[in-house]
Amino acid sequence: MTGALEVRGLTTRFETRAGPVTAVNDVSFSVAPGRIMGLVGESGSGKSVTGFSILGLIEEPGRVTGGSVLVEGQDLRALKPDQMRRMRGRKVSMVFQDPMMTLNPVLRVGDQMSMAVRVHEKMSKRAAWDRAREALEIVGIPAPAERLKAYPHQLSGGMRQRVAIATALLHRPAVIIADEPTTALDVSIQGQILAEVRRLADETGTAIVWVTHDLAVVSSLADDICVMYAGRIVESGTSEQVITAPRHPYTKGLIESVPSLHEPGRKLPQIPGSTPQLLNLPTGCPFRPRCPRATDICATEPPRLDTDGRHVLCHHPLETT
Amino acid sequence: MLGYLVRRLAQAVAVVFAMSVIVFVGVYAIGNPIDVMIDPGATQEIRAKLIEQYGLDQPLWQQYFVFLANVAEGDLGTSMVYNIPVVDLVFSRLPATVELVLVSVTIAGVVGIPAGLYAGYRPDSIGAKAIMALSVLGFSVPTFWIGMLLIMAFAVNLGWLPSGGRGDVGEVLGLHTSLATADGWSHVIMPAINLSLFKMGLLIRLTRAGMVEAMSTDYVKFARAQGLPDRQIVFRHILRNISIPIVTVFGLELGSTLAFAVVTESVFNWPGVGKLIIDSILQLDRPVMVSYLIMVVILFVLINLTVDLIYARLDPRVRLKGGA
Amino acid sequence: MSDTATTTGGTLAVPSAAPAETRATRLRNFWSDYRRSPVAVVSLAVIVVLLFVSFGAPLVSPQDPYDMAALDWMDAFLGPGTVGSGGYVHVLGTDNAGRDMLSAIFYGLRTSFVIGLSAGALALTIGICVGLTAAYFGGRIEALLMRIVDLQLSMPAILLALVLVAVLGQGIGQIVLALVVAQYAYFARTTHGAATVERGKDYIEAARSTPLPTRRVLFRHLLPNVMPPLIVVATVQVASAIALEATLSFLGVGLPLTEPSLGSMISNGFKYIHTDRYWLSIYPGIFLMITVVAINLVGDQVRTVLDPRRSR
Repeated sequence: MTGALEVRGLTTRFETRAGPVTAVNDVSFSVAPGRIMGLVGESGSGKSVTGFSILGLIEEPGRVTGGSVLVEGQDLRALKPDQMRRMRGRKVSMVFQDPMMTLNPVLRVGDQMSMAVRVHEKMSKRAAWDRAREALEIVGIPAPAERLKAYPHQLSGGMRQRVAIATALLHRPAVIIADEPTTALDVSIQGQILAEVRRLADETGTAIVWVTHDLAVVSSLADDICVMYAGRIVESGTSEQVITAPRHPYTKGLIESVPSLHEPGRKLPQIPGSTPQLLNLPTGCPFRPRCPRATDICATEPPRLDTDGRHVLCHHPLETT
Repeated sequence: MLGYLVRRLAQAVAVVFAMSVIVFVGVYAIGNPIDVMIDPGATQEIRAKLIEQYGLDQPLWQQYFVFLANVAEGDLGTSMVYNIPVVDLVFSRLPATVELVLVSVTIAGVVGIPAGLYAGYRPDSIGAKAIMALSVLGFSVPTFWIGMLLIMAFAVNLGWLPSGGRGDVGEVLGLHTSLATADGWSHVIMPAINLSLFKMGLLIRLTRAGMVEAMSTDYVKFARAQGLPDRQIVFRHILRNISIPIVTVFGLELGSTLAFAVVTESVFNWPGVGKLIIDSILQLDRPVMVSYLIMVVILFVLINLTVDLIYARLDPRVRLKGGA
Repeated sequence: MSDTATTTGGTLAVPSAAPAETRATRLRNFWSDYRRSPVAVVSLAVIVVLLFVSFGAPLVSPQDPYDMAALDWMDAFLGPGTVGSGGYVHVLGTDNAGRDMLSAIFYGLRTSFVIGLSAGALALTIGICVGLTAAYFGGRIEALLMRIVDLQLSMPAILLALVLVAVLGQGIGQIVLALVVAQYAYFARTTHGAATVERGKDYIEAARSTPLPTRRVLFRHLLPNVMPPLIVVATVQVASAIALEATLSFLGVGLPLTEPSLGSMISNGFKYIHTDRYWLSIYPGIFLMITVVAINLVGDQVRTVLDPRRSR
């Protein structure tokens, strides 16, 4: 089976004044058409950089230094910059966290969307405008023709995020990277958008990489989960596997600290310590200093263990029963 | 919206009125114009007669009200040097200044905005650094000296262009302007470049700053994620956004171009309003000074008002706030 | 760096600088940041040299150009490098009165610095007072003061100075006064802007709720925090004061010809522009340009170093 998106050994580094930083370290995963993959991690774990790396939008002083990104079997990393640009929006697209910022405040919604249509397909302005209207309809925006004439500030936050999603969907891309698209929204709106995204993935067959720090959101939405820590994927598997039977101590800590996934009335456990500085990571397993199961061997590179289609990066994984 | 407009207009009138008092008192505190105008050997009789003729024997507040009453009738007084009505004098000089300012503002915009866009788009490139270095020069080196260098190079040494004055006036679309003749252009180009340098430096910095800021915004990243080429992102997304501050400052600076025209017109002996005001200051021609200054105040108030309106036009957020 | 930081959602959080900084370390940090631009270092050196030759003009210049007895009409219009009747080389030539150009430039530069620095210092002081008063008291006082400041800012400084000099007459004192009136508004606006931001912060509220006298809150608490932007404005304003004075003198409304000034020297040389006596206007102009540009470049670098958003 070829996935809509297959990432293999992706590595992205930043040359900072204090030294090189590996923000994305040998990341591999694949997403099948119509599936939603939750890429979970704390802020600073490299999950957003992974998204930008897939789209080839890493800016100086950062650089993708290794690995491959296959979209429908085609390696994006082998493309020239202009060919890569033609892939963006058409084959792989992205939605951002803050809907207040992602739309240009001084251009009408319709102008922005029709620009995005016409960059990949030759058509008249009017036809592009029609396409934009259809896209708004698909994401459940009422009175789409009028919304097109509106400026972004005239729309609510949820509406704006729907516009952004509709824009990303214009060319029915194989993959959409959604970078925390509901974090900035009210919880009620968040639920609506999640339901909408689930439906869209099923109907259009678009594979979605849902980047988030919110395990609660992912557990209800995603088919699969990858957990990132300090630039690496430390655990992956289906949502059910990862949530009900985590194998990495970090994942377990993460799940236990989510209120909604936790028995009410008991004290909420926390992971001790804080997110490591990427500049000076400990040797071996980066989670070692915070891990309750750590031993001396953890100072060496943790092995990658594969079982039942899931994998974990750990010397002392939790046993599944 | 209407209430806002009325309030702004009332404010503008108050400002003009207050400034007219300040200007009037200020200018009338300078020396005695009679001493400059007449032959020192003239009799006391002639002196007294002239003083009376110009109303200089009356108290200052009375002179002011006479002045105001005359202004209301469109009479700004008579130049003591040229002996013609100030209104006629200024209007005879205005076309020269307007054409100079127009050409120089065009040059500043046509060169400055693309240069600033480029410098902001590739801020670390050598080209960008050269552009910024030039903008520092345009910004800080006194206008008059650059003007002098231009004359030395292109008029004196190379002999390509005339060193000063306005060229032949032609007629185009019913307008009498030196921009209608080749001779006119050969005269206007050097002073116009001279006048544009400061504004160009300012525009470059402004555009670059806006560009650098815009390049890191989410809407640019989002546009990139849709596969828009940089050319479209710059010209359709960013330019529209940063044009708001650019238009604002540009409008405000239009006024200062007029002020700098004083310097440039003196250097290039350009027969415009700026040269007129310098001459009138040197010759203590009070009516011309007062009228010029009050006209400048009115102009500034008008420019401020217009910029606010354009601002509202360009930024939909402002427009809606005003409309609500 | 700042843009990647947003891209990566704060991935590259580099540890922030050490806490308790003393004044000495702050100064050392400032200098080590400043040093990063070679152009700015050279500019600073140039300014130091110019300050030395101008304020030490009587010591370093071969001639006192404003001692009429020392001038000889026979020396008029000597080209650069010619030996005159004084028996020494006129490196930059002589002017129409037989003055040694180099000496005249040093003396003229001194006038420029005196005017630029005193106008800058006075405008700074007045501007700080106006800006702080407005920001501290707020309400009507603030509205009135800032309205006046804004009105003045919308008028170009050159126009204002031109009129003032016309009203006040010629001379160093009058020029300084005109420049101060034309420029204090920039400082007032900057102070007010920075102080309004600071005003909202907790520490000012805290200081106000103690029985400290108003003046003390203003100068001990508010002022140090609005200083960085003011330093930048001050450098730029000194340069523009020098340029303005030269412009006014060039237009004939600044300093009288008897006062040594770069502007009046250039104005004088401008009369000979159609002859081959280029040195009369070119050299004073070059010194003027170097001075103004060097000060501006220093100001630019100071701005970069003091910019709180800077992370490079």
